[in-house]
Amino acid sequence: MPDLGVLLKLLFMVIVVMAALLPVITWVERKQSAVMQDRIGANRADIMGIRAIGLLHPLADVLKLFGKEDVVPLGANRWMHLMAPVIALIPGIITLAVIPFAGVYDFGSGPVSMVAADLDWGMLYVFAVGSIATYGTVIAGWSSNSNWGLLGSLRGSAQMISYEVTMGLSIVGLFMCFNSLKLQEIAQAQDTTFRVFGFLEAFGWVHALPRWVSVVKLPMWGILLQPLGFILFLTCIMAENKRPPFDVPEGESEIVAGYHMEYSGMRFGLFYTAEFLEVPVIGMIVTTLFLGGWTIPWLSTQKIIGGLTGVLGVGAATGLCFLLHVLSFFLKVIAMIWLQMQIRWTLPRFRYDQVMDLCWKIMLPLSLANVFVTAIAILALQRLYR
Amino acid sequence: MSAGAVLFYLFAGFTILASLGMVLNIRNTVASAMSLVVAMISLGAIYVLLDAYLVAAIQIMVYAGAIVVLFLFVVMLLNLRTDVFPVARSRLPKLLGIALSGWGLWVFLRLLAGTLPAISPAPEGFGGFRELGKALFTRYVLPFEVTSFLLLAAIVGAVILAKRRID
Amino acid sequence: MLVPLEHVIALSAVIFGIGVIGAVTRRNVIVILMSIELMLNAVNLAFVGFSRAWANPGGQVFVLMVITVAAAEVAVGLGIVISLFRNRDSVDIEEVSLLKW
Repeated sequence: MPDLGVLLKLLFMVIVVMAALLPVITWVERKQSAVMQDRIGANRADIMGIRAIGLLHPLADVLKLFGKEDVVPLGANRWMHLMAPVIALIPGIITLAVIPFAGVYDFGSGPVSMVAADLDWGMLYVFAVGSIATYGTVIAGWSSNSNWGLLGSLRGSAQMISYEVTMGLSIVGLFMCFNSLKLQEIAQAQDTTFRVFGFLEAFGWVHALPRWVSVVKLPMWGILLQPLGFILFLTCIMAENKRPPFDVPEGESEIVAGYHMEYSGMRFGLFYTAEFLEVPVIGMIVTTLFLGGWTIPWLSTQKIIGGLTGVLGVGAATGLCFLLHVLSFFLKVIAMIWLQMQIRWTLPRFRYDQVMDLCWKIMLPLSLANVFVTAIAILALQRLYR
Repeated sequence: MSAGAVLFYLFAGFTILASLGMVLNIRNTVASAMSLVVAMISLGAIYVLLDAYLVAAIQIMVYAGAIVVLFLFVVMLLNLRTDVFPVARSRLPKLLGIALSGWGLWVFLRLLAGTLPAISPAPEGFGGFRELGKALFTRYVLPFEVTSFLLLAAIVGAVILAKRRID
Repeated sequence: MLVPLEHVIALSAVIFGIGVIGAVTRRNVIVILMSIELMLNAVNLAFVGFSRAWANPGGQVFVLMVITVAAAEVAVGLGIVISLFRNRDSVDIEEVSLLKW
């Protein structure tokens, strides 16, 4: 049976994300949109007079949703109607199992990797689980026995499976750069720095770089190695999770809510939770792949532990390094969450045919071109560095 | 019995129940399709237990995540009514069928036991994407490239068949 | 290997049998196609079992080919079902038996 370490790491991720991050994200959504739109936002919920700038609103939301009547439409398939929100929620939660929230440390009894499931094929697991999420949308709309629901679910599922393809292709370049599908290895590979003008030496245009140029180093983050891949992947994964501006399936016509129209009470709350759970999950995946995961730029793990050992001793130095890495990871995740909120409240909703055009006619060719260019660049640099 | 073996039998049970649910469910085609999804995900889990990691990921991504969604699209678009089994005059054929298939399975398993060659140990990294990728691009590169033609033909065929007549 | 190879092959045989029952008994064309997919999955399981038992990656390569072929077949098959539905407004195979003797 799974050993204690795996269970603890999994519990940490699930509790931190679902219990700590999720309510705060709903509050952030309201306040950030309010700040961007020059208004105050929701700040009325209070407990005995203490308002806490609106932080009690998530609690108020949950209590309200629990109190509402649970409606199943006439003629709807009851079992499917019950199952659909659960199918929508589960893939988001189980993706948390493969995300590294800190590096690999040696606390005295061998290296411990801070991931719940250190799979060799970690990124494939994320894709596989993400493709199950389609069924929540498909079943929700169909089982509601209503036209709007069916239309919303058909559009939503077509959008989701189209963007899955491009999502996979857009990070093939990244896998070629880091030579691994294991998320912990990808994060560890971003722990170093590279000389910005090193390619001049590699192509033989300069024999040896002068020292003052050589000292310009950037952290080897995915976003610097694969900028186009970052933009494509971020767009695709936001579209996959039907996040605005790609929320045609759920906000169509602005009057009827598409595939989750016939849901009320806590069942709708589950859909709502599923959508808001995807926000930090997207943030974590993008952080791990492109923003260096848990690493601190320009300070590799070696340097931190080496620097602190003289002051604190090896065990305490490793522990402090671990805490710093966790902090760095969550700061980056929060930055990505902020970015998603910004995008949501800036762009108007796309039309459905614009969404499908964007996927098949623009992003798919771009991601294929990205794969080609990355392959040629890697071959050229390898050949010259040999 | 190790934990892996318990999981194998558990997922095997899920697969058999889900397949029976798919085949015997007359009233609701969408419920059949969802049972098929459960069967495929259980098979994916069994592939992981048999060390075939890339195949498991592709099974869930392609089979459970795209092919059955396609079935569901068609069922939802065509808005199908319920199905009926052909009416049988007596219950004897059904019972006889179940008995004969049970006997056939037993004979098959009796013949199978002891005839299979011995199991060789699996090398490190077996079933992972690296080994399989190397095999796909060196020894099995011809089938790999030919399937791309097959997929092209299938795409063209499906588009032509399902297109609406514009007259 | 976690379980004896015979058990894996037995499971594959049972699933194949259930797929055959579905393909032969049901009248809805879509369920027949799904039963064919189930049979293909049973074969995939047998391939994966043997591949693991004899440490031969060829089994898993063949499984990838089978999955690809199944995807292509489903796409074209469902295209045919849609055309059939448009012409006859039914997906019951008892009603498309013009070529039966």
